[in-house]
Amino acid sequence: MSRCPWTPDEMMTVTAARMLWDRAVCFVGIGLPSAAANLARLLKAPDIVLIYESGTIGTRPNVLPLSIGDGELADTATCVVPLPEIFAYWLQAGRVDLGFLGAAQVDRFGNLNSTVIGPYDRPQTRLPGAGGAPEIALHAKQVYVIIKQSPRTFVPSLDFVSSAGFLGGNGERARRGAPGRGPQAIITDYGLMRPDPTTDEFVLVARYEHVTVAAAVAACGWPLRTGAAVEVIAPPTLEELEALRELHARTRAAHAVRVKLPI
Amino acid sequence: MPVATLREAIEEHVHDGDMVALEGFTHLIPFAAGHEIIRQRRRHLHLVRMTPDLLYDQMIGAGCADHLTFSWGGNPGVGSAHRVREAIEKSWPQPLQVHEHSHAGMAAAYVAGASRLPFGLLRGYFGTDLATVNPDIRSVACPYTGEQIATVPPLNPDVTILHAQKADLEGNVLMSGIVGAQKEAALAAKRLVVTVEEIVEHLDAPMNSVVLPAWVVSAVACVPGGAWPSYARGYYARDNAFCIAWDEISRDRERFAAWIERYVYGTRNHREFVQALRADGVSL
Repeated sequence: MSRCPWTPDEMMTVTAARMLWDRAVCFVGIGLPSAAANLARLLKAPDIVLIYESGTIGTRPNVLPLSIGDGELADTATCVVPLPEIFAYWLQAGRVDLGFLGAAQVDRFGNLNSTVIGPYDRPQTRLPGAGGAPEIALHAKQVYVIIKQSPRTFVPSLDFVSSAGFLGGNGERARRGAPGRGPQAIITDYGLMRPDPTTDEFVLVARYEHVTVAAAVAACGWPLRTGAAVEVIAPPTLEELEALRELHARTRAAHAVRVKLPI
Repeated sequence: MPVATLREAIEEHVHDGDMVALEGFTHLIPFAAGHEIIRQRRRHLHLVRMTPDLLYDQMIGAGCADHLTFSWGGNPGVGSAHRVREAIEKSWPQPLQVHEHSHAGMAAAYVAGASRLPFGLLRGYFGTDLATVNPDIRSVACPYTGEQIATVPPLNPDVTILHAQKADLEGNVLMSGIVGAQKEAALAAKRLVVTVEEIVEHLDAPMNSVVLPAWVVSAVACVPGGAWPSYARGYYARDNAFCIAWDEISRDRERFAAWIERYVYGTRNHREFVQALRADGVSL
């Protein structure tokens, strides 16, 4: 991958942005999901509705937020609502088309761990925790997951389930009455996985041009199956790369501005 | 009139062993109040906060707490809250018992607390291990449909502490922008302490804005810059550069302890805290 004129982050962000659509109501987490959602808004989906869990609805930030509640998100929003309201009246009420999540670990059924590596009571690594994700994963009509692939992140069994995907698979999620359809895509630095419609197990359906299927399989901790045909994802266009790099450059400049306290 | 100095407000309203919620979701985080709690060496607090970011990293690292109720504990957009991590992973500086929720669950717990209801409810925690590790997360059958709905016990802190833009001379408080679950946390608490950017003669609050009337406010202290490195919309922006720098400061026990010693224990109030940072070349 080192010979590519773009980074894995850029490839993932561009791929995810292409999968968003105009007027989608999109509940966005910080990091790659936020970058992808805003890239989509700038390039092809001007009326996408971005919601951040801090309560900002319909926000159009000029630079990417560092935190989930940067002033830029509030200043450019259609409205700003309190936290109990964003989760109850908007997410739980089923008004969100797409939830966009990252995680530290994912399993073959798209269940996510963002809580702990090792036992909960004696963790090797204590991660920040679930935040808004459990209910985003439950209520959004569908969920995209964006996460870099390695045998340590794509694991046969999670150390902790922070947010539910398809649980044990084979229709368990639907049988238990989850309102949202669950994870419909995992975007990685090797390609794209989609759930098998019968078993709910994620399979490789597309890869980047410079990545082999064997490499994608090797970078997965469960025996990764491949779809009937593994498509090749078109490399980022010049327009996509320029827009993304300009967004990141604006963001870096904005985050470097020193704050002046009024005392 | 509940207007006081921050030192007096913390002395009077925050006691060892209290359940204390310092709220503010990224915006309007009451950092100066947290520093004053560290300065007054409060111990055995049960800290409550949806996002124990840099503020609780500092308070937990300084040894103020032995319980934490929370739903997301990192340095937003940067990485770990290293002091929170070390307390959980290595019991340093002391063991920390955690009571963990999701954001939606904790918001419901504040709503129940403010409403004085016996529990909050939500369609939540579906299929997660959070209910396994937190016995407070339970469920109830809907009396109309029989559907199982998740429940959380109410949060009723002994004291909630907020930062807001303005108070008037009577002690009425106005906040705007991202307001998180502050109103719920305020009305759920037995006592309410608020720091503000300025005290004005008249609030001139737009109708329906978030106003906490003076008679629910135990004390108001005027502390300009009191949300730094968080922000106060209309006054100053979030100091993202400092939040990034905190990753290095907090990673190491000694460096963290030196930071707290120099800027918190080594100063008497927020004004001196800011002056000390400026004296050391931090541009503020």
